[in-house]
Amino acid sequence: MPDGASRNRWLTAAGWVAVLAPLALLAADAAGHRLGANPIEAVLNRLGFWTLTFLALSLAPTPLRLWTGLGWPLRLRRRLGVAAACYALLHFAWYLSVDQFFDLQVVVADVVKRPFITVGFAALLLLLPLAVTSTDGWVRRLGFARWKALHRLAYAAALLGVVHFAWRVKADRLKPTIFAVVIGVLLLARLRPGPRRA
Amino acid sequence: MARWKPDMRGDEATPERLWLRRRDFLKLGAAGALALGWPGRTPAGGPSGADLPVAKRSALAGGEAPTPWDDVTSYNNFYELGTDKADPARNAGSLRPRPWTVTIDGEVKKPLTLDVDALLRRFPLEERIYRMRCVEAWSMVIPWIGFPLGDLIRQLEPTSRAKFVAFQTLLDPVQLPGQRRAVIDWPYVEGLRIDEATHPLTLLAAGLYGRVLPGQNGAPLRLVVPWKYGFKGVKSIVRITLTERQPPTSWSRLAPSEYGFYGNVNPEVDHPRWSQARERRIGEFLKRKTLPFNGYGEVASLYAGLDPRTLY
Repeated sequence: MPDGASRNRWLTAAGWVAVLAPLALLAADAAGHRLGANPIEAVLNRLGFWTLTFLALSLAPTPLRLWTGLGWPLRLRRRLGVAAACYALLHFAWYLSVDQFFDLQVVVADVVKRPFITVGFAALLLLLPLAVTSTDGWVRRLGFARWKALHRLAYAAALLGVVHFAWRVKADRLKPTIFAVVIGVLLLARLRPGPRRA
Repeated sequence: MARWKPDMRGDEATPERLWLRRRDFLKLGAAGALALGWPGRTPAGGPSGADLPVAKRSALAGGEAPTPWDDVTSYNNFYELGTDKADPARNAGSLRPRPWTVTIDGEVKKPLTLDVDALLRRFPLEERIYRMRCVEAWSMVIPWIGFPLGDLIRQLEPTSRAKFVAFQTLLDPVQLPGQRRAVIDWPYVEGLRIDEATHPLTLLAAGLYGRVLPGQNGAPLRLVVPWKYGFKGVKSIVRITLTERQPPTSWSRLAPSEYGFYGNVNPEVDHPRWSQARERRIGEFLKRKTLPFNGYGEVASLYAGLDPRTLY
């Protein structure tokens, strides 16, 4: 049985691997010419997919503890949340730089005129302050209660992210629906008090 | 597969000089892609499948080099074979494009039901290099092989009531497993006005890059209307019906505010969710400007007196 410190080290290492693996895979696929005929679109879609995936994963530890009593996933929550914000930022940066090649007129028009981009951009704006204030220093500075209240913005960001995806697809809503169900369950679980919470 | 005998061999029809130039274009494109060092470009595997010889070739894409075979055959919107772009190439094995029966009926004096190869033997096949603009704001340059749909329609002698032409894709969830999920109200249906259908640019295509059309590109027979968005190019056609009234079309039935009956390429009319002003040519980095009617301005006379903004 490993002691607490060594278990923490393992968890930290596993957390880093989990959040960096999608980027490593993306780089490997790019180098191996496996991104298909439209690699610009493929990268954009993948970064968006991992944003939503990490958002969903960051929402999972609390219900998991309620349902199973497992506590260790809570230690990964902040890293998963920061990962979601980083992937969201990469997703937007890719759209701005490679996809639209800094055509600000087009980007501003998109954000203002196209509802699916408006909600996606709003989700990004909600995630950025959460990433910035994710450190222990910021928890102390804000006080835990206020910090916790602020970080509930992640719920709104996750919902906006799902809407962004659902409004983007042309006809096949299967994948956005899966995200909606998973994120919906993870959010609704918070409304019920846990069965054995003292 | 293609058992018909052409009147002339393909190499007799095309001056060698032109044929060589076409390869130069391909090399130039490949060199350009290499020079860009663009990650994710598929190394060219080259055309495969049975030869489909042609009697005539016309390059109608402003002299641009065709998009590589691997890209044309691995990045497809053919929801009957899966909704991801790479799905159709992966799932095309379930589609059996031979033997295949096509019916042409409705407002014609001589309706016809025949095998697709018998249909192809009725017309000299041509290669037509066309731009293809998808409604999703990407585009390709594709060397199709086919024959003008108008030649077929005229053979069957349309009645005076023939105002539109309706097209229908095969309905068979075994061959087209994507039809097991009701993403779209299957079968896929499309339509054209009769003057659009008989326009010399409108092609029934059965091949690509000198080969028989692969499943993912709509084998054995598909529609190609180069001035319209790609969704008008109905694939794996089993029925063509001339009608008096405007037929329903799949995408406009699904989302009438986003896709109309016409689907004419128009940079001025945005899709409600994205701009149509520019497009990404597959293989290029920067987006380029979308041309009205996808650069086939000769069709504008078909729409004289109509507001082009309503023809999305």
